[in-house]
Amino acid sequence: MNDTEKTYRFEDQRDTIYKVNPEHPETATLPLQRTEELLLNMGPQHPSTHGVLKVILELEGERLVKSTPVLGFLHRGVEKLAEDGTYHQFIPHTDRLDYVCAMYNNFAYCRAVEKLMNITVPERAEYLRTIVAEVQRIIGHQFWLGTQALDIGAMTVFFYTFRDREILLDWFDELCGARLTTSWYRIGGVERDLTPSLISKLRAFLDYFPSKIDEYQVFLEKNRIWVARTKGVAVISAEDALSFGLSGPTLRGSGVDYDMRKHNGGYAAYPHCDFNVPVGKNGDTYDRYWIRVMELYESVKIIKQCLDQMQDGPIMADVPSVTLPPKDRVFTNLDSMIQQFKLFSQGFDAPPGEIYCGTEAHKGELGFYIVSTGGGKPYRMKIRSPSFIHMGAFDHMSRGYMIADAVTIFGTYDIVMGECDR
Amino acid sequence: MHALAERIKREFPDGFVDAVEWRGDLAVTVRPSAVHAVAMFLRHDPEIDCDYMVHVSSVDWPDDEERFEVVWEVASIRKRHRIRLKTRVSEAECQVDSLTDVWYGANFMEREVYDMMGIRFRNHPDLRRILMPDDYTEGYPLRKDFPLQGKGWRDTFEFLNEKV
Amino acid sequence: MGLIQLGRHQKDGDIDVITTTIERAVNWARKGSLWPMTFGLACCAIEMIAAVSSRYDMDRYGAGVFRASPRQSDLMIVAGTVCRRMAPVIRKIYDQMPEPKYVIAMGSCATSGNIYDSYSVVQGVDRFVPVDIYVPGCPPTPEALFDGILKLQERIMQKRVFTTQPEQVKA
Repeated sequence: MNDTEKTYRFEDQRDTIYKVNPEHPETATLPLQRTEELLLNMGPQHPSTHGVLKVILELEGERLVKSTPVLGFLHRGVEKLAEDGTYHQFIPHTDRLDYVCAMYNNFAYCRAVEKLMNITVPERAEYLRTIVAEVQRIIGHQFWLGTQALDIGAMTVFFYTFRDREILLDWFDELCGARLTTSWYRIGGVERDLTPSLISKLRAFLDYFPSKIDEYQVFLEKNRIWVARTKGVAVISAEDALSFGLSGPTLRGSGVDYDMRKHNGGYAAYPHCDFNVPVGKNGDTYDRYWIRVMELYESVKIIKQCLDQMQDGPIMADVPSVTLPPKDRVFTNLDSMIQQFKLFSQGFDAPPGEIYCGTEAHKGELGFYIVSTGGGKPYRMKIRSPSFIHMGAFDHMSRGYMIADAVTIFGTYDIVMGECDR
Repeated sequence: MHALAERIKREFPDGFVDAVEWRGDLAVTVRPSAVHAVAMFLRHDPEIDCDYMVHVSSVDWPDDEERFEVVWEVASIRKRHRIRLKTRVSEAECQVDSLTDVWYGANFMEREVYDMMGIRFRNHPDLRRILMPDDYTEGYPLRKDFPLQGKGWRDTFEFLNEKV
Repeated sequence: MGLIQLGRHQKDGDIDVITTTIERAVNWARKGSLWPMTFGLACCAIEMIAAVSSRYDMDRYGAGVFRASPRQSDLMIVAGTVCRRMAPVIRKIYDQMPEPKYVIAMGSCATSGNIYDSYSVVQGVDRFVPVDIYVPGCPPTPEALFDGILKLQERIMQKRVFTTQPEQVKA
């Protein structure tokens, strides 16, 4: 391109932008300017992207015109690995999908396999599952509250939520021996029962915790900057949210009253519990925050009811061809040991067929689509992870906002890249 | 047969292949040419009203002539039901209609299917790889003939030789 | 404390005098102000965050000033699964860090790939970045990460700054 062409192009653009009168071009005293969209690369190493997310932002000034998420920096090939292992062997993989919320991933997976195998879980196990799943939901929402506020500059609440989160992580440590990657659920039941010490600790926590939720709310809702940065940001209409397949608090923030724990018959012990499903109005980040905080109160309610209603009984379904024998029998009885070994290494014989089973994890609908052709290994396993599907709506939800809001919009979904990229 | 499957069979006698109900899940298989029309019907029919995209997936059956099976699972939040829409394509054809214009969410999920299984989607707005890099050349990881450990990509670090 | 062990002479007045070598003094300063990068890849990042936050408080070891830029940090904690797609980024960040720089491979994934023996996971970050300390665990608890940092501090104290390093002490 030679000089005259360049000048011409600039003049041309200036004419359109500043409306220069062509009869009096001398009135246009502006220097040669041009405007164009700026491409800004955010991530994969960025402190607010919760891991390794990369987004290419197209900017016009400070406004986001288009944003292209680039995923796959944590693609570990879990779906391929699932085809290589037996059903029992896949449980530890589910921990590491959404590592903030491992118990719920175990739960969703075990439920899917139980649907495939047509196993009914005993009642006590259902209650135990519900209790622990709701404890996990509290941890997940605490984590979200802390990190999301931290990302947009409100640091204090991070230390408070993490203080209370540690109590529950210790509780997990006592329950199953791990803080994050728990693997406590088993196909057909749970690995071990709650001890009296665990129950009393949990009750103490439930008495202590509601006042702390009030504290979190004060920290955030009285923070004018935080409120200004969340209200009216990342708005999506109910119709669009459904079409994008959003779920969980992200969907309920837009006013869609849909929670799999309550609707479609519910699952586990949720039908026996009395709880509300908070639903937002405006579909913005603030409403989603409000839903998550309200869900903390609801989780406390659910756990209390479950602890009161729970009766003694078996914690594992009695289907020896599928479910694992109790651990104390494995260590003392040869037959049980052989059975456990065979179930893990060869697997159980699943009937040919295909199922999809969705579960309401704290991020949204976490589903497993399993295709079986018989035999001990799944033929195909597809994980419907809410984070991945929420990222699909990122472009739609970010258009027109300021560049600083990009961080809020990541935060609004509660994304975890391990689950997003699988 | 399930009432919804009856309905689809009545509306699309040519496109309908079969319907299976197992463990409470309804799966309707249609011909590739009818996928888009059936999807539009599921979305806009006031009785079926499937407004919610659950997932898009694919299954590889290397021994069959129609090797790939593409699965769209959609649900209706208002009517509380869920339908699995399936179609089969051969390896030579390997192309189906995209449903991005019916459900927005299909955009990313179909890209993932393309990335992992190599099935192309007609009229997709942005059909690129999504989880693997754009310049990934080893093939499509979730096909059954792809080795679990890959074909050597994970152990090659060509960037170490670049001068900074 | 590496410095105090060297010899301490109580004089008549209130003032303590410490004799040490410049090398030790430099190493002591370096080990006490490790600035890590916020570089979370996967699950271990959550435990790394927990290590910084309320209860564990990594600041006690002088390693709590997490920097978002590699140019301001001298410790890279590779926390999580290293996927092949992420490898060039990690290498670039490592190259951008100023000397002296240290790398901790936190968790089984960064050490050896863990259960992810699949087409897209690098079997250990040491394939393309030199690693000083490996912290085992999946994920390691914050205490385990502290142990790794303390081990790294011990190692820093052994380094030679002004003279050439003997082979056997080299990292």
